[in-house]
Amino acid sequence: MEEKLIKDYSSPGRTAYSLPELDVEKRDLNSELGGYLREDLDLPEVSEVDVVRHYTALSELNYGVDSGIYPLGSCTMKYNPKRNEKLARIPGLSYLHPYQDEDQVQGSLEILYDLKLDLAEISEMDEITLQPASGAHGEFTSLMIVRRYFEARDENRKNVIVPDSAHGTNPATAKMAGYNVIEIASNQRGMVDLAALKEAVDENTAALMLTNPNTLGIFEEDILKITEIVHEVGALVYYDGANMNAIMGYAKPGDMDFDLMHFNLHKTFSTPHGGGGPGSGPVGVKDFLAPYLPKPLLKKGKDKYYWDYERENSITKVHSFYGNYGVMLRAWAYIKTVGGSGLKKTTENAVLNANYLKARLREEFELPYAEESLHEFVLSGSRQKEKGVSTLHIAKRLLDYDQYAPTIYFPLVVKEAIMIEPTETENIATLNRFVETLLKISREIKEDPELVKNAPHNTSVRRLDETQAARNPDLRW
Amino acid sequence: MDYISNTAAEQDEMLKEIGVKAVEELFAMIPEEISLDCELDVEAGISEMELMDLAKEAAAKNKSLEEMTSFLGAGAYDHYVPSIIDHLISRSEFYTAYTPYQAELSQGTLEAMYEYQSMIAELTGMGIANASMLDGGSAAAEAVTMASRISRKKKVILTETIHPAYKEVIKCYGKGHQLEFLELKSNSEIMDPAVIKENIDQETGVLVVQYPNFFGSLEKMEEIAKIKKEHKKLIFVVIANPVLLGLLKAPAEFGADIVVGEGQGLGNGLNYGGPYLGFMACKDERIMLRQLPGRIVGKTTDVDGKEGFVLTMQTREQHIRREKATSNICTNEALNALMATIYLATMGKKGLAEVAEQSYHKAHYLAEKIDQLADFEVSNKENFFHEFLVKSSKDIKEIKAKLLEEDIIAGYDLDKAGKKGLLVCVTEKISKADMDNFVEKLEVL
Repeated sequence: MEEKLIKDYSSPGRTAYSLPELDVEKRDLNSELGGYLREDLDLPEVSEVDVVRHYTALSELNYGVDSGIYPLGSCTMKYNPKRNEKLARIPGLSYLHPYQDEDQVQGSLEILYDLKLDLAEISEMDEITLQPASGAHGEFTSLMIVRRYFEARDENRKNVIVPDSAHGTNPATAKMAGYNVIEIASNQRGMVDLAALKEAVDENTAALMLTNPNTLGIFEEDILKITEIVHEVGALVYYDGANMNAIMGYAKPGDMDFDLMHFNLHKTFSTPHGGGGPGSGPVGVKDFLAPYLPKPLLKKGKDKYYWDYERENSITKVHSFYGNYGVMLRAWAYIKTVGGSGLKKTTENAVLNANYLKARLREEFELPYAEESLHEFVLSGSRQKEKGVSTLHIAKRLLDYDQYAPTIYFPLVVKEAIMIEPTETENIATLNRFVETLLKISREIKEDPELVKNAPHNTSVRRLDETQAARNPDLRW
Repeated sequence: MDYISNTAAEQDEMLKEIGVKAVEELFAMIPEEISLDCELDVEAGISEMELMDLAKEAAAKNKSLEEMTSFLGAGAYDHYVPSIIDHLISRSEFYTAYTPYQAELSQGTLEAMYEYQSMIAELTGMGIANASMLDGGSAAAEAVTMASRISRKKKVILTETIHPAYKEVIKCYGKGHQLEFLELKSNSEIMDPAVIKENIDQETGVLVVQYPNFFGSLEKMEEIAKIKKEHKKLIFVVIANPVLLGLLKAPAEFGADIVVGEGQGLGNGLNYGGPYLGFMACKDERIMLRQLPGRIVGKTTDVDGKEGFVLTMQTREQHIRREKATSNICTNEALNALMATIYLATMGKKGLAEVAEQSYHKAHYLAEKIDQLADFEVSNKENFFHEFLVKSSKDIKEIKAKLLEEDIIAGYDLDKAGKKGLLVCVTEKISKADMDNFVEKLEVL
């Protein structure tokens, strides 16, 4: 490896911490804790400089949005504003214990309530919980609400319908909530096949889970028919908010007759992805589902904000406290700075950037669905595959040119899928460089396919053996 | 303000390339019935200076722990956070990255996660750990559903002494898996092992114990370990406080199969309840590993034989297995886990033990003082670690309110958990003077 492990900096007796001298009497731990005392703890023995240099060295082996384009489809890797980082660290907003009295945290509750109002307006939902800590957690919360809704009606519905283009979290969530998953095929235009949907729904259907625009970036233009078909059998329609960046200011899930949804604050509302979290996945519902939201629910009383725990029909709790508050602060700051018209502009430019890339790439790479698309689009590397070079190789070759790769092999409905989402924060020069790099790689495939197949060449490590990693797991030192 | 860097001229150039005249045309597929015909009713954007003023205004309406002495714990702990943590995680190559799908350009995150897994495994005494869960409560819940899949039994025993919020999260997750919960009552601050023993039957698949428990008490772990030994197929889940494991025996030594908990105390600030991180570790057995939820990082080699790191065992996960995945978890708490990693590296072998030890000595100092007061009694003085239960003939709400006037948060009112008393927590950040002042104020109430 490029940088050795922190434990390999250890030297017996070396320390990096500083604590004040103990100012109370030392007790006899052996007699008081006896059988509970541990004998050894093998943690690093390093200096502060060792720690700082080691993690700085590791950061240099990483690539983030601040390094360059990060076109992961479905992940909305937009720029993370630095002012929001500063704001979330103001001690008066951050150095708060979750069990402090409401009177002591009115400023924070006001911010959270303000965030709820804005999310409700953006989505046309009536009530919001901020408790879920990630997108998938929001999905789970939503499906548990669906479950509770039918329980309250004494109905025992068994099935949840998921399109074949859906995120993997959708079927996994439905299963976790105790449902059978019924997958329906998309039609030739990459949209929900209405006939297949009609065929699939019945009185055993609890919900349909849908993203709109879907994972192909294509807007489900029959959405009102879709929601109607599902509602006709008494089932609910859930909106996966992963793609909200495509519609802000242009359409609202509530107007499409969705009953409930989750947001990804770490996608749409610019909070950093952190190398895989923290995220935040608030859930919005129409009024009739509000009784089932997790507790406590933030409310505004006559003269103060408070947490409402008296919720007998609630699904109870999905998080120990109120969710990822620090992430909510950043999302709030984003909405405040960008404002209503800025959100619309955000969406417009996200869609413009994606369509520009598509226009420039669609000749060289196969475009499996010709349908108009919004903030992301999916190409196929099938032509390149004919030359023996797969989408994985193309992705790895991009890394050689110091650009992150798109999402690959997803959605599953496209062979050799290359799913690209540039976001609105990239400028035309960056987009052009990305296009030119992909075109260059395509030329390389024709001229010297081995070069691409053996990529990456310039990264700190070259192609890593995933099969070996899974076959002989080495998961700790 | 906004974060768009393309000028109007550049946008026009792009529209031309696409072959449309105006950006609105790109949204033409949205049916008219649902197309918004008015602007969003969200206030107009503001500048950075205005934003900071707004934030400071809100902060002024709060009263943060900077202005007070707090004895609040109950699942979120005010331990010292070394300055280098925030400095290092502010390296934007870390915090602006996503899940390391392209391993070759994500070795920093991956190696740090491997270190995290290693140190969590060491602390808990377990063979392996995953790369983090969403928080303590949801980690406990996913441990229970995992344990039930392994035991292939639906009956789960919970003890009353587990954090009440965790119990709610566990039961919520249990619904989807049709789990049956038996919650064992206790008439003190710890569970009577005999009660656990007599309630385990053929149907019982999972036993959950918290260590130290919600009241800060150490359960009779050796006796519980014996019960676990007698029921080999029972999956024993321990919810542990990782900071205190600096001094306390690893749960593995008491026969734990899965160890989970809240990792916030490891170098993560309080942040009003989140973002925190859940940690999860289990025995190094194939059956366990196959059922483990979440990301896992493994060490491997590249085509030149150089060592490196990748996400591995992905056939357990939602993006590969869809409805057959072990969990739906995707985004976890990677940056918080990085904070925990840097914390563990910084505190190291000696420092973590000292944090736990100082918390212990200080908490016992305070408990003795309070116990000597006429109207107060520490009810778990025999077995607590750094958090204890104070009972009083006086009204707890009144006590809390009066002390707040003195800028002291006396602790967590157990009324919220359906019990009587005050849960008082002491960490290494509390000084003797703070404690003497607290006792003095209690005395003159």
